[in-house]
Amino acid sequence: MHVVYPLVVSALLFSIGVYGVLARRNTILVLMSVEIMLNAVNLNLVVFDVWLRDRLHSGQVLTLFVIVIAAAEVGLGLAIVLALYRNRQTIDLDRLRSLSEPTEPEPTDPGATNPGPVDPGPDGIQPTGPGSAAPAGAALSGEAGAHSPPRTQNPAETRGHTLAATRTRQSRFPAGSETDPRPGDAS
Amino acid sequence: MITVASLVILLPFLAAATGLLGSRFPRGLRGATPLDPGTDLNAGANRRAAWIAVLPTALSTALAIWLAYATWAATGQGGIEPGVPIGIGGQGAADGVTATFTVIETGSVPISVGLLVDGLAASIAVLVTVVALAVQVYSIGYLHGDRRYPSYSSFISLFTSAMLLVVYAADLLVLYVGWEIMGLCSYLLVGHWWEERANSRAAIKAFLVTRIGDVGFLFGIFVLGTAAGSFRIADVIAGVPEMSSGTLIAATMLLLAGVAGKSAQVPLHVWLPDAMAGPTPISALIHAATMVAAGIFVVARLYPAFLGARPTLDVLAVLAALGMLGAALAALAQDDLKRVLAYSTISQLAYMAGALAAGSPDAAIFHLITHGAFKALLFLCAGAVIHVVGSNLMSTMGGLRRELPVTFAAMTIGFAALMGLPPASGFFSKDEMLAGIEHSLSAGPLTDAAAFLLYGCALATIAVTGAYATRAWLRTFFGQRASRPEPVAGEAHAAVSEVPATMSRPIVVLAVPALLLGFARIGDVHWGTAALSLTVALLGAGAVYAVWRSAPQTDPARVLGPFRVPCERAFYVDSVYTRLLVRPVLLLARLVVRTDNRVVDGTVRGSGRATLRLAGLVRLVQNGNVQLYVTGLLAGVLLIAAGAVIFG
Amino acid sequence: MTEAPSYLSPTGQEIVFLLLGAVAVGSALLTVTTRQLVHAALWLVVCFGALAGCYLVLTAEFVAWVQVLIYVGAIVVLLLFGIMLTRAPIGRSADLDSPNRPAAVIVAIATAAVLVTVVVDGFRMAYVPLEPGGGSAGELGASIFRNWVLPFEVLSVLLLAALIGAIVLSRTDIRGRD
Repeated sequence: MHVVYPLVVSALLFSIGVYGVLARRNTILVLMSVEIMLNAVNLNLVVFDVWLRDRLHSGQVLTLFVIVIAAAEVGLGLAIVLALYRNRQTIDLDRLRSLSEPTEPEPTDPGATNPGPVDPGPDGIQPTGPGSAAPAGAALSGEAGAHSPPRTQNPAETRGHTLAATRTRQSRFPAGSETDPRPGDAS
Repeated sequence: MITVASLVILLPFLAAATGLLGSRFPRGLRGATPLDPGTDLNAGANRRAAWIAVLPTALSTALAIWLAYATWAATGQGGIEPGVPIGIGGQGAADGVTATFTVIETGSVPISVGLLVDGLAASIAVLVTVVALAVQVYSIGYLHGDRRYPSYSSFISLFTSAMLLVVYAADLLVLYVGWEIMGLCSYLLVGHWWEERANSRAAIKAFLVTRIGDVGFLFGIFVLGTAAGSFRIADVIAGVPEMSSGTLIAATMLLLAGVAGKSAQVPLHVWLPDAMAGPTPISALIHAATMVAAGIFVVARLYPAFLGARPTLDVLAVLAALGMLGAALAALAQDDLKRVLAYSTISQLAYMAGALAAGSPDAAIFHLITHGAFKALLFLCAGAVIHVVGSNLMSTMGGLRRELPVTFAAMTIGFAALMGLPPASGFFSKDEMLAGIEHSLSAGPLTDAAAFLLYGCALATIAVTGAYATRAWLRTFFGQRASRPEPVAGEAHAAVSEVPATMSRPIVVLAVPALLLGFARIGDVHWGTAALSLTVALLGAGAVYAVWRSAPQTDPARVLGPFRVPCERAFYVDSVYTRLLVRPVLLLARLVVRTDNRVVDGTVRGSGRATLRLAGLVRLVQNGNVQLYVTGLLAGVLLIAAGAVIFG
Repeated sequence: MTEAPSYLSPTGQEIVFLLLGAVAVGSALLTVTTRQLVHAALWLVVCFGALAGCYLVLTAEFVAWVQVLIYVGAIVVLLLFGIMLTRAPIGRSADLDSPNRPAAVIVAIATAAVLVTVVVDGFRMAYVPLEPGGGSAGELGASIFRNWVLPFEVLSVLLLAALIGAIVLSRTDIRGRD
């Protein structure tokens, strides 16, 4: 078999994956595109393994490893997506603009939510996600500290407050997913 | 002999260095009471500075006189005792004693640091040192209590030293060093009272105008030096016959620019009247002995080169003719006593230049020496008058002959010499020059037109000189004082009495050569020419006397009528320069400033602003959309990959 | 390297492979362009299945089965779970593409152009006669447990870490440190 055929297929698959990563808005679709790219690489590996007749079968073994890693990656990615969804109620990539320049509010893009100072609610009561939760929690404890002078009691207080808020939100999640009308539409 | 010459130069130089560095050194050494330390400290410093300045100059004077005597004795020229040099006409510069200390290799034409003592140099050196000594002594009284007297006297010493270097230099570039130091010193001294804006401006003007000439002078030296293959004056003069006339004309024209700048000849004379802003002794020094004499001296020194370039001599003759008559007329209309003397200096220097152009450099140098004596005398007397009256203006003077008898007598001698009345020295020197100019009508280096113009102007100038000298004399010492200005508080002008001894003694001493110097050449008098010039001078003087007699309180210059204002403004040369040169230069400067601000700085600032604006644009990309970032990243990777594929 | 036969007379294997590849590319295209999330996941299944067929044609049979098991069986199911858990709209939705799409098209086409050019240019003459058995479970197993044991073990640790991480990320009652 000509080696070019699988290689071209692989290249096309990879490009399609690139397109998906760059063009799709839904994070899960982006994950799928990443999987397509990984598969393109896998195809490459297999082709070269077969072509070069590797005694160690390193290409195919590496393919297996990549598949395993891809599985782990998808698992972790989905966990992140879920945490994201819990905190922001959206998994649209172009709405997650925490990385933008903070000083200038962009007048050209009114649809972009500016989380953090503008919308402190989800951040403040974020139960998980250690990275982004830390400054928000600190801010909260700072607010509480303004009221009560003994600083040592603050963590317990804020923790309790945050946990309570988390619980209410948690209780809303299952309820929301149960009462969400859209699954009903799909079924 | 050369050692003595170098001593003559070095003594004032050491005095300058010592005076500048050391006169304030033992701070409060003598009589510094705690109550009034400043004054006493100043007095002590001034006393020390005066000793430091006067003693080396006196020593230098003695050495210079001895040197002159030895030179004349050795060369056997000049004959009688205070003889006046002859032998500078043809190839005279080569027959002195010369020595080279060291030769600086430059890669092309070497510079030989050496001195040259001949009759010309020795006699001018005597003039310089005598006048400098007189000025130094005079300054002690004139600038009594001045805060900056130590630096002032040091600069005079430096000035003297520089002029002596010019006089004794055996190499054109060494000469140029002294020439430039003189320019610097004139700037420093004219601007001695720099607190007043006009004074510092006058100093800058003197500096700039002479500098314009000096550029030409330097290039003239280069042309001569490269043409002759050596900067040594003797070699240059020896090499003159082999040079092409074009080279000679170019070199001498360029040299003429420097001469005109230093000797205040017509196109570049404007700095000299303004230089009156300096202290009067400085005017005496500049006008009599040093700066202005340097120009004439250099022409005489390089006279063979000038003789080889006839067009240059024609130009010099025309400039001299215009300068002598114009400056004399300007002197006639001035009210400021010092400015009268300043314009008379320009006029007399033009006279010398005319004599040089007419081919009688001996007469020019003779007049340079007598003029140095009597002009220094006149300036010192004017300084005394001004010191007493407290004003420069002749309209505030009058009737001073009773109050200042010594000054009156001395100044009368000075004016007589200036007018060319016998038996004063000016009579003899002027006569010689006039004879030389007359001679050039028939035979000489000049073209007929130039010679005729020169002769006419010279005669007219003699008349005008007589007129303005008489006018100044009458206005200062006769008649009644029009108004007595209130004495300035804190200055010793309250009582009109004779000046201190330190000021009067130099005047008396200078009066002697001003009166008697001419008899050294009594055998050379051309009596026919002398009678003519005497008649013309007395005509001018008599006319002024008649006018003054009719109304002693008014200015005799009023007879000039509508012509008076142009004369007083020196024929608007300053205005023309302002219009033609100063304003365009200032405009250009402003343009340059604006260009610097707008274009150069604007480029810098604009690049900053452009960077900021560009950064603002690039910042828009930083909108937090991760996909955009990845897009850019992948596009970049693609570009690199494509580049690697295509060019790799 | 054996001598490469002409491109104009494709073998049966090549025809099968090209068909499967076409299916894979087409379904991948549909995955990234479809307007329904669930359809995207399903097209992904088709794509992965076609790829498994490709592996089979290329004699990598063990990889093909693993592909079917893990990709089609596990990963796609996980993705479907994710779709459901994020309450994504089932059915057509108009805003699955971000405004970045034109740039994405350009970059993707450029990527394809560069890759295909390079690959075609570089491997035009390469030819591999396919011989069955090279990718059997036995061979691969022997290779893994003889030569690749250490990476295998590291990989299992990685999987464990991913497992724990996923749990920590998904559980809502575990808070990060303040």
